[in-house]
Amino acid sequence: MRKEGKSMPIKQISVFLENKCGRLADVTGAISANGIDIRAFSIADTTDFGILRLIVNRPDDAFKVLREGGFTVSMCEVIAVRIPDRPGGLAGVLELMQEAGVNIEYMYAFSAKISKDALAVFRVENSEVAERLIAEKGIRALSGEEVYSL
Amino acid sequence: MELSLIWNEKYECMPQSELKALQIERLRETVSRVFYDAPFYRRAFQERGMGPDDVKSLDDLSRLPFTTKNDLRDNYPYGLFTVPLSEVVRVHASSGTTGKPVVGGYTRHDLEVWAEVMARSLTCCGATKNSVIHVAYGYGLFTGGLGAHCGAERIGASVIPASGGHTKRQIMIMKDFGSTILACTPSYAMHLALVMEEMGIYKSDLKLQGGLFGAESWSQNMRSQLEDRLGIMALDVYGLTEIIGPGVAVECPEKQGLHVWEDHFLFEVIDPETGEQLPPGSYGELVVTSLTKQAMPLIRYRTRDITTIMAEACPCGRTHRRIGRFVGRTDDMLVIRGVNVFPSQIEEVLLRIAHTEPQYQIIVERRGQLDELEVQVEVSGQFFSDEVRRLETLERQIRREIEDVLNISVRIKLVEPKTIERSEGKAKRVIDRRQL
Repeated sequence: MRKEGKSMPIKQISVFLENKCGRLADVTGAISANGIDIRAFSIADTTDFGILRLIVNRPDDAFKVLREGGFTVSMCEVIAVRIPDRPGGLAGVLELMQEAGVNIEYMYAFSAKISKDALAVFRVENSEVAERLIAEKGIRALSGEEVYSL
Repeated sequence: MELSLIWNEKYECMPQSELKALQIERLRETVSRVFYDAPFYRRAFQERGMGPDDVKSLDDLSRLPFTTKNDLRDNYPYGLFTVPLSEVVRVHASSGTTGKPVVGGYTRHDLEVWAEVMARSLTCCGATKNSVIHVAYGYGLFTGGLGAHCGAERIGASVIPASGGHTKRQIMIMKDFGSTILACTPSYAMHLALVMEEMGIYKSDLKLQGGLFGAESWSQNMRSQLEDRLGIMALDVYGLTEIIGPGVAVECPEKQGLHVWEDHFLFEVIDPETGEQLPPGSYGELVVTSLTKQAMPLIRYRTRDITTIMAEACPCGRTHRRIGRFVGRTDDMLVIRGVNVFPSQIEEVLLRIAHTEPQYQIIVERRGQLDELEVQVEVSGQFFSDEVRRLETLERQIRREIEDVLNISVRIKLVEPKTIERSEGKAKRVIDRRQL
């Protein structure tokens, strides 16, 4: 059980995509056809393939829809934090993470209507350390509910 | 219970030097027999300017002509018999799904040899005269049923000649008659196991201890499943109608390759393209010369099965050299930059890395003068990670391991599931786009 005040990890969907015309539209089409909204996404790509990472309002449904649609899909937990919208805002968060030895696998930023703050998604190697850091150093993390209902 | 682990210790554990001496003596007899009594072989020898006296040592074997399946078809049905039909006491034939069946004839002596090698093979999987041997290979023109039958009788076991079909009845018989050894094809053994489960009969209701399975290729994974489901030790037996039927080679309980009964069958592994003999460890086509057959001896018969010679001594005590588990048929072989490549070699690497049956496709193209090999692997389940780094590491690992096995460079491409063309449920493994 997680204690109150700790961040709730957010479910992120990852989809394997070959670098082929129309594949991205196939994924987003399958999701929207089921009334699922995308909250944030990013694509990592190489010459041959890409990995689409998605945060949606109904992750479990999206996972099921994509799996049944024949996509290679996985679900993992990420952390979403508010980044103060001022020079050095992101740098401050990253420095805290570096000091605590939190290894970032990848990150991407997105914006939402709720605040002036920018939002960033982090996939980290050692999520317990990151969660403790968030609790202790005043980094403002978003819970799953908050992100899904953006 | 008496447990005789080796059926014929004198021959099965004969020192290699004595075995070689016996082989050359028997090879000379066989060559002389085919030269004088089979016009096909006499012509083939004469075309090479050879006569029976030119075979003086085992090294001379490499100068002898090959025999192919086409040669058997051309001489259908009795053309290669070296005895009159009055001496032939049995005729078997392959199923002949592609053209005319392949025929094998036996003299009374040949049946004795067959019973001997099958007795040795059944003994490998624990059969003794106290065993109840359930033979569920088909009885008929197919060599499986009667081959296992005569070996089991030779041992003095109680033989249940169940043949194929009537699966529920067979299970009842196995249970009621207390069958201890099962001899059939591996796929039928699996079917028996599944039907048993449906019937609510457990392996503990049966007395099965060993299974001798052959006539099809089967994987290690299938072996573990059969051993687990039936509570047995499952061993592979190899043979061909052309040579004698099952009993040419068999696994011992070490399960590390198949002992070829070298006092009856002389074997080589050759490069199927050049016909050159290959050293132990190299994969190529198995070629078998019968040493004691009378009705239809064959010289350097090209089996089209791909394996390798294992020269190391086996801990089981049998001195007869082993061949590795079969990795495919020459029909599936690709020649890329002069290197022989079998899809199964690539499959094995993927199986090792993914721990599951992978979907893959091999694409060969020619760029300029050079052949290029690309292996497309479908990314699914365990293969997938949300991190690019992991997928790239996986790609590199697959590439390195395949290159280690094949000794040529390959390109690996990760593709989405269902990308690879499937026809009638079976994936097309090789696409050769070279215009050769």
